[in-house]
Amino acid sequence: MTGPADVSVAGAMRGFSSEVGAMAAFRLESCIHCGICADACHYYIATEDPQYTPIWKVEPFKQAYKREASPFAPAFRWLGLKREVTAAELRQWQHLLFDSCNLCGRCSLICPMGIDVAALIEQARHAMFDAGLAPAELYDKALLQRDTGQPEPSAEPYGDRLVEIGTRFGVAMPLDLADVEVMLCVPRTDIEHYPASVAALARVMQHLGVSCTFRSDGLVAENYGYYAGAKDWQRTISLRLIDAAIACKAKILLVPECGHAYTALRWEAADLYGKPLPFRVLAVSEYLAEQLKAGRLRLGAAAGGRTTFQDPCHLSRTGGVREAPRTLMKAMGVELAEMQDHGNFSFCCGGGGGVLDIGSAAPLRHRTMEAKLRAVTATGAGTLLTSCCECRRTFDDALEHAGGTLRPESLLELVAGNLTSGEGRT
Amino acid sequence: MDFLTFARGPALRVSIGVFCIGVVWRIMGFVLLRIRRERSLARESMPRYLSEGLLAIATRSWPHPEFVRRTGAGEAIGYSYHMGLFVVVLLFGPHITFFASLFGFTWPGLPSSVITVISVVTLTLFLAVLFRRVTNPVIRMLSNFDDYFSWFITMSVLVTGIATTAHVGLSYETLLAVHILSVDGLLLWFPFGKLMHAFYIFPSRAINGAILARRGAAS
Repeated sequence: MTGPADVSVAGAMRGFSSEVGAMAAFRLESCIHCGICADACHYYIATEDPQYTPIWKVEPFKQAYKREASPFAPAFRWLGLKREVTAAELRQWQHLLFDSCNLCGRCSLICPMGIDVAALIEQARHAMFDAGLAPAELYDKALLQRDTGQPEPSAEPYGDRLVEIGTRFGVAMPLDLADVEVMLCVPRTDIEHYPASVAALARVMQHLGVSCTFRSDGLVAENYGYYAGAKDWQRTISLRLIDAAIACKAKILLVPECGHAYTALRWEAADLYGKPLPFRVLAVSEYLAEQLKAGRLRLGAAAGGRTTFQDPCHLSRTGGVREAPRTLMKAMGVELAEMQDHGNFSFCCGGGGGVLDIGSAAPLRHRTMEAKLRAVTATGAGTLLTSCCECRRTFDDALEHAGGTLRPESLLELVAGNLTSGEGRT
Repeated sequence: MDFLTFARGPALRVSIGVFCIGVVWRIMGFVLLRIRRERSLARESMPRYLSEGLLAIATRSWPHPEFVRRTGAGEAIGYSYHMGLFVVVLLFGPHITFFASLFGFTWPGLPSSVITVISVVTLTLFLAVLFRRVTNPVIRMLSNFDDYFSWFITMSVLVTGIATTAHVGLSYETLLAVHILSVDGLLLWFPFGKLMHAFYIFPSRAINGAILARRGAAS
């Protein structure tokens, strides 16, 4: 894996130091080197390789903090207790910060000091970007998305693709409307790989009778700036959706089935915007659970037998959207067979955090996925549901690699397929 | 000035001074850094997420059931030697007398025989912790001078304390002076290394826990 530019150690350290506020410093100060976080990480568990210990992934930045910004930094420098981080070290750490971390936050649940290790790793990614060490795959997509709104070039703009999908699936695609209740956006993963999910979203909104629209000036849900550690680009990409939502006077920005899009929009966009967002940001599953509770979403019983559910880390563990998918499944009478580690403690699919896009990460990703596939099989389920398109893609990729027939399905599509008017299916 | 007078006189006063100033400096050094304001709409109310943070002080004292199989033994050893140290430091008669001279009040202690047994058990756990640090590939990789020196300085306090109580080798006064000097050394080192986790552990659990709970995230 190569970076997009020459390595700038000074850039990395400058970037990291500028971000080290009181909380990050406190987290770095608090680590007692117990190594317990390794036992939560699917990369360490799959390989038993110590380098995958989560807190080790920020080691150069911990050293840089102690040497440059900690309360005893001058002493560390004068006594030579913390040496300068080298370009070679940072290159080595590119693998640890990007290929082998999904920012899934499982390590943050195990630390006896309570440290949110994943938050530190996200900050370290920002510094790696400043150093010119963001993986080329993420850098290129982030740059394109910053400039065009799309992370990948396409023969037709995504707005036109959306209309095509509507025609193919026989559902109206509201596009570029003004004065709506809800603004919708869409993962480019769904446009490229799972168009039925895009149609499902439109169909469910039609069923609810809520005024809504996609916006061609703010369409893509994913934020490759977030993945690449490019904070300024992440801001530009988020602002595109924020501005579009404000322009159509939306009261709700609905995040489709994409975990990291939820983190970027629900938890990080307001900070980048500089003030609270003038609308609510909701994951589609939590929005539908609200509608169900209000009696506006009417669901019939779903066929499919024993079903297991992959919790998307950024929705469930770090985003607080744990119950909503289960509420929807219960309403459809889904026979849920949970995996041994589920909910807050679910293992990441291994594709999150942009890892699915990084070519060099594939062998390690496939290795970590073996345990996940075993966990799915152990449930005896005949259906695997999830509410994240990246989880879905990662499972599909793993099944192509390892073999298997239990393809992941979208919870949203299941909902769209089981809408009822109160008298029968619509 | 004899050795003992030096150890519990000027040496102790200087080390307490360094300890106090160093701890305040170390904490203020990061507390005064920029505090990022969360602008996203909180999922939970402030009283709710603050109380969740406080609850994390207790819940993080033992791994979640999902993690116990992998980390339970290591954490049990860690907590055991910490508890052993607290018991020996706070409930040994001569220590209580010393603290009474500083703070002006006293509290009941444990019999010396019990303290001796706890000291030996704690010493054994300390050796086990060191063994684990040098043999476990993850912990060995993470370890640096701070980890080993902090272990050494704490161990030296424990060993000299046991030697003083058992009157091993040298005169009692000399052993006591060496013991107090080791405490002076610990106080001098305390603000500069990982021993500071004694001040960090509960605030760290509470603050990180509250930040996560604000999002409705697991903590």
